[in-house]
Amino acid sequence: MGYVINRLLQASLVIAAMAVLVFVGVYAIGNPVDMLISPEADQAEIEATIIRMGLDKPLWQQFLTFVNGALHGDLGTSFIYNEPAVRLILDSFPATLELALAAILIAIVIGIPLGVIAGLKPNGVLGRSIMSVSILGFSLPTFWVGMMFIMLFAVHLGWLPSTGRGETVEVFGIKWSFLTGDGLAHLILPAINLALFKTSLVIRLARAGTREVMMQDYIKFARAKGLSEPRVILVHMLKNMMIPVVTVLGLEFGSVVAFAVVTETVFSWPGIGKLLISSIVHLDRPVIVAYLMLTVMLFVTINFLVDMIYAILDPRVRRKESA
Amino acid sequence: MRTALIGTTALMMGLLAASAANAADLKIGLSAEPSALDPHYHNLVPNNAMAKHAFNTLVEQDENQRLEPGLATSWKALDDTTWEFKLRKGVKFSDGSPFTAKDVVFSICRVPNVPNSPSAFTIYMKSIESMETPDDMTVVVKTATPYPLLPTDLSTIQVIAAETGTFSGPLVFKKSGCEGVTAYPSTEDFNSGKAMIGTGPFKFKEFVKGDRIVMTKNADYWGDKAAWDTVTFKPIPSDGPRVAALLAGDVDFIENPPSQDLPRLKSDKNVRIVDGLSNRVIYVALNSGPAVHPGLKGVDKNPLADPKVRKALSLAIDRKTIDARIMNGQAEPAGQLISPGLFGHNNDIKVDPYDPKKAKALLAEAGFPNGFEITLGSPNDRYMNDEKVTQAIAQYWTRIGVKTNVDAVTKSVFFSRRGKKEFAAYLAGWGAGTGEASSPLKSLVACRDKDKGFGTTNYAEYCNKQMDATLTEALATIDDAKREKLLQKAMAEVMADTGMVPVHFEKTPWAMKKSITYKARVDQQTMAQDIRPAK
Repeated sequence: MGYVINRLLQASLVIAAMAVLVFVGVYAIGNPVDMLISPEADQAEIEATIIRMGLDKPLWQQFLTFVNGALHGDLGTSFIYNEPAVRLILDSFPATLELALAAILIAIVIGIPLGVIAGLKPNGVLGRSIMSVSILGFSLPTFWVGMMFIMLFAVHLGWLPSTGRGETVEVFGIKWSFLTGDGLAHLILPAINLALFKTSLVIRLARAGTREVMMQDYIKFARAKGLSEPRVILVHMLKNMMIPVVTVLGLEFGSVVAFAVVTETVFSWPGIGKLLISSIVHLDRPVIVAYLMLTVMLFVTINFLVDMIYAILDPRVRRKESA
Repeated sequence: MRTALIGTTALMMGLLAASAANAADLKIGLSAEPSALDPHYHNLVPNNAMAKHAFNTLVEQDENQRLEPGLATSWKALDDTTWEFKLRKGVKFSDGSPFTAKDVVFSICRVPNVPNSPSAFTIYMKSIESMETPDDMTVVVKTATPYPLLPTDLSTIQVIAAETGTFSGPLVFKKSGCEGVTAYPSTEDFNSGKAMIGTGPFKFKEFVKGDRIVMTKNADYWGDKAAWDTVTFKPIPSDGPRVAALLAGDVDFIENPPSQDLPRLKSDKNVRIVDGLSNRVIYVALNSGPAVHPGLKGVDKNPLADPKVRKALSLAIDRKTIDARIMNGQAEPAGQLISPGLFGHNNDIKVDPYDPKKAKALLAEAGFPNGFEITLGSPNDRYMNDEKVTQAIAQYWTRIGVKTNVDAVTKSVFFSRRGKKEFAAYLAGWGAGTGEASSPLKSLVACRDKDKGFGTTNYAEYCNKQMDATLTEALATIDDAKREKLLQKAMAEVMADTGMVPVHFEKTPWAMKKSITYKARVDQQTMAQDIRPAK
């Protein structure tokens, strides 16, 4: 229990510190009124708009208003859309979540088997090829690969659409693409694009994990017990190898969600990344701040959950902390 | 490689042909998404263009922004301050209800009642003192002072249906706030489609923020009917993906293809490029205030305050080369602040030729034979190739002895720094929203005067009393021909003084598949009703 409280306190401190940094940082850039107002507007109209947006007040006063709102669950209203920033983000969140889940799924389904193979036969031709290809996944820039995908699969071959989300179906009040053929076709390219980096990461983690675990005494013991090789690998090895993979994937899931920006921009995927970019371009401060704050909270929460899962998976952590 | 290319081309032609068979559907790739469908919410090009699909204005603007009849079939000034608009008979809203004078008054009454509007339309209605409706088909508007731009102003306010409001009595226009209305439709009502009841060529169908806006044909439209049953607008703000979407056949039409892709698109047999001059001038403003701006070095008095120096800096620029090499032909050299063909353009003003010799001589004459050092500011993501053009100008200036440093930054930073007058000289652009010469004259070069609304974007401390007087007179002259003469005179007065250095007028390109065509508009708007199958 002390473990949980300790972690929660740490989390709140991080959030408070980030609130100050984010707010001051974003409010130091430019003047939103210059970006929003029609150039035809006269001085009186410009001043009226500044007052309406509360930009005439000193920074500390704007910050207190923000903190007060934030404590009541209101992270401000978008200058551009006149809608609560949180609602704008939550509205476009399912699209990003769907993309991120698809990408993580691809990374796991492709990455773990390949990583295990490479780990079992580290010096074989197959193992070496897998590792070489995974370097490409790390080093090729996402936006470039995305553009190449579009050039090849959309423009030249015409197999898949290049932009947007396609048809969606509403389930539990949330729109999903993967349930329609058209939506799935729209999902494939961006999901693979986003998964590329993570797949390489999973391959490397799985390989390292496999090599390490295979040398442990309990594997030798399992073999000595006469267990079949598939059972040794699938049960004894895989379960232990998964601990670092789960930790990293948990943390990476946050980054996939928060930084799908590039992929969303290239494929015009209507998620939070696209919203963030357009908010930065138009200096829609409340949305930028709300986005960053939600991202911070997401990371903090995931970290927290990973710590918890870690404790469940590895009894030693649990025992040490409760002692 | 070659066979692969031929194969690809054949495949693409097949794709384009396949989508052309579905001629009644049109997909458009927008370069910017409207922030709302509410036509009175945000005065910005993407919003205004989108509004014109579902709504109409009393007076419309044609492709050259000249006024033409819209929901009003005729209008005239009864005296200097009274205007009469005769409304079009038999027009129906998309829900079948008839259009009357009440809708006009209601629409104008709503303009100041849009909460949290980031850029309100109130600037277009504040000249109105009173409005009366002698009958259902007539609107009489009174202004406090003679105000010739009233029809132009009203061409920006979309007419919505009065039935979307709630009333407690007869609707009466009051400058301080209209009487008889208890509630106006909210911006949210428009975004959800509830209040999207208009008289325009299309009807609202769907709005998925960030993904698409869908409209269907209004079969009962009073004007030229659209050629499309369904139009889908897809916002694709990134340049590359937008072009790719056109090439892949995901959309049929895109706005603002990037100028570096134009040569390639033009050589593509399946793509048509339509371009036309826009109402936007790209200019260099020179701080001509009395003090020496910190952006200047090596001088003890402000060289830019001397018209000869300003003229020299203008003569030093080779506009033709800039337009050919940097702009890929997507611009035309400018010698004044309003594009040819627009109201108030002065044909007698010539574009400054490229004459570095004369420029040097003028500098020497002004007492700066060895030049000086200056920093030239510019945004790097606002106008077509803005930073490249700025760098070219800097090199031309350096050649005549004015050592020029470029300070190009992202637009949000540029505009706030410009607002603080941090630039001794800066490159920027101005689109004449009203489509006539008073717009740039009043905002860019008139002496700063908050009460008159003059010089709002004049961050260069330029002031020319003679021009101000001519402009003030023009803005109070109802007679169109006389006003145009006065505006031309005011323009000549600024240019004689080189109050500003115009560089070029931007051309706006649109790219589309070969089977359709578009009529280029100077206001840079994309309107599906003007996209037609090519003959």
